[in-house]
Amino acid sequence: MTVVGDFGRVPGLAPGLAPVSAPVSACPACAVVPAAERIAAMRAERDGRIMLSLPLAHCAACISTVEGALQRVDGVRSARVNLTLKRVSVEAAPDVTAAALIAVLAAEGQEAHELDPGLLSATETDRQGRDLLMRLGVAFFSMMNVMLLSVAVWSGAEAATRDLFHWISAAIALPTVIFAGQPFFKSAWASLRAGRLGMDVPISLALILATSISIFETWMAGHQAYFDAAVMLCFFLLAGRYLDHRTRAIARSAAEELAALEVPRALVLVDGAEVETAISAVVPGDLVLVRPGARMPVDGVVIRGASEVDRSLLTGETLPVRAGTGTVVSAGEVNLTGPLTLRVTAAGKDSSLHRMADLVAVAEGAKTRYTSLADRAAKLYSPLVHILSFSAFGYWMWATGGDLRHAINISAAVLIITCPCALGLAVPAVITSASGKLFRKGLLIKHGTALERLAEVDTVIFDKTGTLTLGVPELAALDQPDAAIAVAAALAAGSSHPLARALADGATAAGIVPAAVSDIREAPGHGVEGLWQGGRVRLGRADWCGAESMAATATYLALDGATHAFAFSDRPRPGAAEAVGALKAAGMRIELLSGDSEAPVRDLAARLGISDWRAGVLPAEKAARVTALTAEGRKVLMVGDGLNDTAALAAAHVSISPATALDAARVASDIVLLGQDMSPIADAVRIGRQSARRMVENFVISGGYNVVAVPLALAGAATPLAAALAMSLSSITVSLNAMRLK
Amino acid sequence: MEILTILIPVSLFLGGIGLLAFLWAMKSKQFDDPDGDAERILTKDWDDRPKP
Repeated sequence: MTVVGDFGRVPGLAPGLAPVSAPVSACPACAVVPAAERIAAMRAERDGRIMLSLPLAHCAACISTVEGALQRVDGVRSARVNLTLKRVSVEAAPDVTAAALIAVLAAEGQEAHELDPGLLSATETDRQGRDLLMRLGVAFFSMMNVMLLSVAVWSGAEAATRDLFHWISAAIALPTVIFAGQPFFKSAWASLRAGRLGMDVPISLALILATSISIFETWMAGHQAYFDAAVMLCFFLLAGRYLDHRTRAIARSAAEELAALEVPRALVLVDGAEVETAISAVVPGDLVLVRPGARMPVDGVVIRGASEVDRSLLTGETLPVRAGTGTVVSAGEVNLTGPLTLRVTAAGKDSSLHRMADLVAVAEGAKTRYTSLADRAAKLYSPLVHILSFSAFGYWMWATGGDLRHAINISAAVLIITCPCALGLAVPAVITSASGKLFRKGLLIKHGTALERLAEVDTVIFDKTGTLTLGVPELAALDQPDAAIAVAAALAAGSSHPLARALADGATAAGIVPAAVSDIREAPGHGVEGLWQGGRVRLGRADWCGAESMAATATYLALDGATHAFAFSDRPRPGAAEAVGALKAAGMRIELLSGDSEAPVRDLAARLGISDWRAGVLPAEKAARVTALTAEGRKVLMVGDGLNDTAALAAAHVSISPATALDAARVASDIVLLGQDMSPIADAVRIGRQSARRMVENFVISGGYNVVAVPLALAGAATPLAAALAMSLSSITVSLNAMRLK
Repeated sequence: MEILTILIPVSLFLGGIGLLAFLWAMKSKQFDDPDGDAERILTKDWDDRPKP
């Protein structure tokens, strides 16, 4: 298998499960529009804005180079680099193509990849984030002003001065609470209507009660007002909300970028002309041309051409399969040697890749059944707060003989003091800190509770092809005569087949000079042949060269009537051994489940020291194994990349897939490994455990403050100053604790 | 204490300016690319004449 490393970013890739913007034509028969009109329509779809990803951009000079180079291209109206997102967005005339711009940037030494703007539009205007930031800014402004006024009151302002300060505070705090508290009010209302008591119900109650009791006290020229507490509560909770939102937005935009890299296009033959078309516009019955090295964009039947296809992402087999007229191919397979023309049988939503959507939906359902630490804390906490506050109210009503004002004052104080500033920050602060750390190590946390789930893992299941191995073959041993190797190397240099390239590389590394072979010609689907010293030599499949087929992945050389076999093994991913070693050291049970044949799986398991392995596993069996382990009470981490892993990734407690995985697999997994190196997986498990511990610590810390402050509040001894102190101290301690992650 | 009638409006006014500046900065997308803006100030491309 070849694909994963180099071809992962080939345009024309299968669309996977990304939402398709344009609907597929409802009836195939409607596609009787004249061909010319259809070509025009297809071309019109692609003008306007072009987005390119710039993975290497990092400095001021890069910005100038990229913008300058793009501005000089004819037809480009404007180009603007966003360094934070490492993207450039270009406004250009319709005839400017992304490929041309990528070539321009390559000449300037900047690597660029095309992004599908349709998939990215959601992140461009991140309105929700901006909305939260605005409320946060307003809350901060009022908090500071109200706090200044409160300091005067706490330090002993009296009579008219105190009332004046209370009135001014009210004028600032009331609009702030109404404006900045909206996210809490909305979600509290939603949860009440659903008949649940979420975290936001006591928060909203505290905000409303504190503000109204303070206004009442101000009106009655009372001594205590909680305006500062109400506004501070808003500010701290919004800060937690904003952190949470930002972590998720970063993960989402990076995940979207991964999906958008695979611009789903196909080369459709319309009246003999090749037209580049969005997958969504391809209908069954169309003819699609697939060039060597490209992924099948659709399901179809080969009607012309001969080649070999790599099915490893779908089945896990490493050995390429021959394809000729009549072969049925599915979206996601990679065409290796010769061009193929397909008649489309299913495209877009109906293709076999898209049918995986059901599986992913099942996965999402299973993931939402997990109750996060925060949810568990909230479940414990909200009824407790309500009970405490109401019993304080009841007790003081009884004790004071019906002094409503006093009783409400105390129950408001209880609500404010118990209110979860620290609880609201406890989880987001840890997750922000941990996912930032992991992102720098090359891991993208897609799901908010993934870290907590990772902390519970005790079993790790690996897929082989493309996960523990790179999917790039390397020559196992050069045990043939030098003359044969020299001829084989010369023939191999004439082909782009992955085995041929591995052979040529292996020979070069061994210092063997290729022999002088002339008339080299590639026979698609078979191999390469040429003339050497007047005789015909062939390098390729066993049957074509007249050789006995070996069990392992191999290519064969026919030379002077004799045959020589070159065996290949799959190169392990860098860091795979370290990751496996570290996970073992952490006490994990490790299994290797592969769809590949026995010999290569056994070899790799021995190399990495995995004793528990199985070969020839079907996709459904992988998922069944995960389910069986789960039923035994084990928490499984699944690491896999192919379509054959998707069901298992979905069923596992938590899952990781490499960035080169099929996007169906990436969608189903919780964490994406961005680089090639695998060793961050062990770090992820360690950081996951550490952050789960920090979250619990944070809950304990904020609980500790409550244990001290709540009795004071219940006894009616809590002053606004005490409330403000407890609130800010606990929030700050919790944030500092979160930053201790290493 | 009469001084308060001047000081409080003044402090609120100054704080309000800060708030408005923040809102304006956010509306004009100045928080969209913090890394880029930090680097852009170092470029010499438009030192002689403004960007067209």
